[in-house]
Amino acid sequence: MNPSLVVFVKEVRENLRDKRTLINALVTGPLIAPLMFVMVMNVVISRQVTQAEAPLELPVIGASNAPNLLAALRQQGFDPLPAVADPIAAVRDRDAAAVLRIPADFGKSWSKGDPAQVEVYYDSSRRDMQQPVNRLKAILERYSRLTGAMRLVARGLSPALARPVVVDERDQSTPQSRAGALFSILPYFFVLTVFIGGMYLAIDLTAGERERQSLEPLFANPVPRWGILLGKIAAICVFSVSSLLICVTAFTLAGRFIPAEKLGMDLGLGPAFALEVIVLMLPLVLLIAALQTLVAAFSKSYREAQTYLGILMLVPALPSVLLTLLPVRTAPWMYTVPLLGQQIGITELLMGGSMTAVQVATCLLCGFVIAALMLAVTARVYGSERLAISV
Amino acid sequence: MIQVENLHKAFGAIRAVDSVSFTARDGEITGLLGPNGAGKTTTLRMLYTLMRPDAGRVLVDCLDSAADPLAVRRRLGVLPDARGLYKNLSARENIDYFARLQGVPADEGARRREALIEVLEMRDFADRRAQGYSQGQRVKTAIARALIHEPRNVLLDEPTNGLDVMATRRMRQFMRDLRAAGRCVLFSSHIMQEVAQLCDRIVVIARGRVVADASPEALRLETGESNLEEAFVKIIGSGEGLAA
Repeated sequence: MNPSLVVFVKEVRENLRDKRTLINALVTGPLIAPLMFVMVMNVVISRQVTQAEAPLELPVIGASNAPNLLAALRQQGFDPLPAVADPIAAVRDRDAAAVLRIPADFGKSWSKGDPAQVEVYYDSSRRDMQQPVNRLKAILERYSRLTGAMRLVARGLSPALARPVVVDERDQSTPQSRAGALFSILPYFFVLTVFIGGMYLAIDLTAGERERQSLEPLFANPVPRWGILLGKIAAICVFSVSSLLICVTAFTLAGRFIPAEKLGMDLGLGPAFALEVIVLMLPLVLLIAALQTLVAAFSKSYREAQTYLGILMLVPALPSVLLTLLPVRTAPWMYTVPLLGQQIGITELLMGGSMTAVQVATCLLCGFVIAALMLAVTARVYGSERLAISV
Repeated sequence: MIQVENLHKAFGAIRAVDSVSFTARDGEITGLLGPNGAGKTTTLRMLYTLMRPDAGRVLVDCLDSAADPLAVRRRLGVLPDARGLYKNLSARENIDYFARLQGVPADEGARRREALIEVLEMRDFADRRAQGYSQGQRVKTAIARALIHEPRNVLLDEPTNGLDVMATRRMRQFMRDLRAAGRCVLFSSHIMQEVAQLCDRIVVIARGRVVADASPEALRLETGESNLEEAFVKIIGSGEGLAA
């Protein structure tokens, strides 16, 4: 049997007996993300749905100053709550999403035909409260337009005069693309899973083996070090790919437990999507395995390796976070960068789009070339003299 | 046969091994004696090609270790200073792993493994996982896996370190058996009694240099001491770092 294969078989077999490695690779790593995701999405969606359907309950100050306005608002599903003493404090302390204040001279201005002022207190930095605020503003706007139109009609003028430009919105988002915006964090979960799936193995096979003093006897065997390294990296890849398979499967199943249809969305989490994700992730599997081995080989102990790899785990979050915060137009060159290419590719697939053969090929080719380079660097470090010395 | 010629190895400014030469012959036990930190382990590490010498060369059965390290490793059985086992594997599985890495055919490997388990009295724990082995059981397993390819040359770095009296006696007998089988046995120790009892040839190392290379008899004659312990102290310059 080829020595690399011998190493590979032994590492897989030994680690299948290790509870911690198994739980991390097959349970925690791949399943936590889908579980969290189902829970978060359920909360987010049901909240949006209830917010959209429930009566809009907000405190009103000076309701008696404009009984007609209040009656009109009520017809639109607005339910005024008793006045609060300090609207600014109420909004700041999150007692209310918004506070409507009707000044005492509202009625006077109204009867004179002057613009009558109402005040809406809210905090635009609180994104979770945007919806009630927007609803309130829309109701007020509608009431204002309607009253204006009636005043024009009463004076024998066409209401169209007051609206020289009409905006007709044509939203091009599809149900998939709306889901995709919510799901843009998903690619990071896949990368994270690959990372966690192989992590304990990577540490165990380098820093761990050195700490247990078994690396030196291993190197006394007539096998070149790169041959040993290949077997070990292959074992890491098997575990991380298993993690990825479980994770992707869990996500396709989890899609059924997310009531996305309530938002008029359609999740593209089918088998085709799962397959494409796995293919796209393959270069990353190799790249991450080599990188983890490299970092663990550099570390002096198991704990040190754990610390470094924990920090390294945050790096793949960068493209996800950056693209969520600063949505940029995707350019062809982005597919040449590992992680970034997967991020935009998988997001594109989620949005109901598709990747061209050239994009997929670019993603895979560049990914594998960079993984091979990383592997060469790792093999160099692995061949160094001080690597094996335990004490 | 192992021939060591003018070996040098420095770590920074420290010259761990400084011009070491000696020969370990087939059918003999050669002892590498020296106080702790004398350079024994570093010398052995260069012999089994874990480290590259800064200068000098090592010939194992006339093969240059720098030119063909893999061929040299095939001819060596090594019990290194580090003798960690795989804790989730049993002794048998630990041995099999090395047999496969050495390219021993499966049936032949199984036959040799059982023979070693018999000789080293490992039957009681051979199928238990290595997690929780005693020091003696660990050393036995490490020796069995090091000899599974029946190497002509056996390198043992402080083989009796950490063993109790009975296990130490068995280990010494095992080394004699290897000699009787015509193998070249080279072992390091800082225990004078052990070296004096076992060795056909003693190489004394101190501060990275060979300070004596002779049979126990010759050493006694050379130093004019009838007691070997006194002879060693005289050769090394002090008894520090040695154990009786």
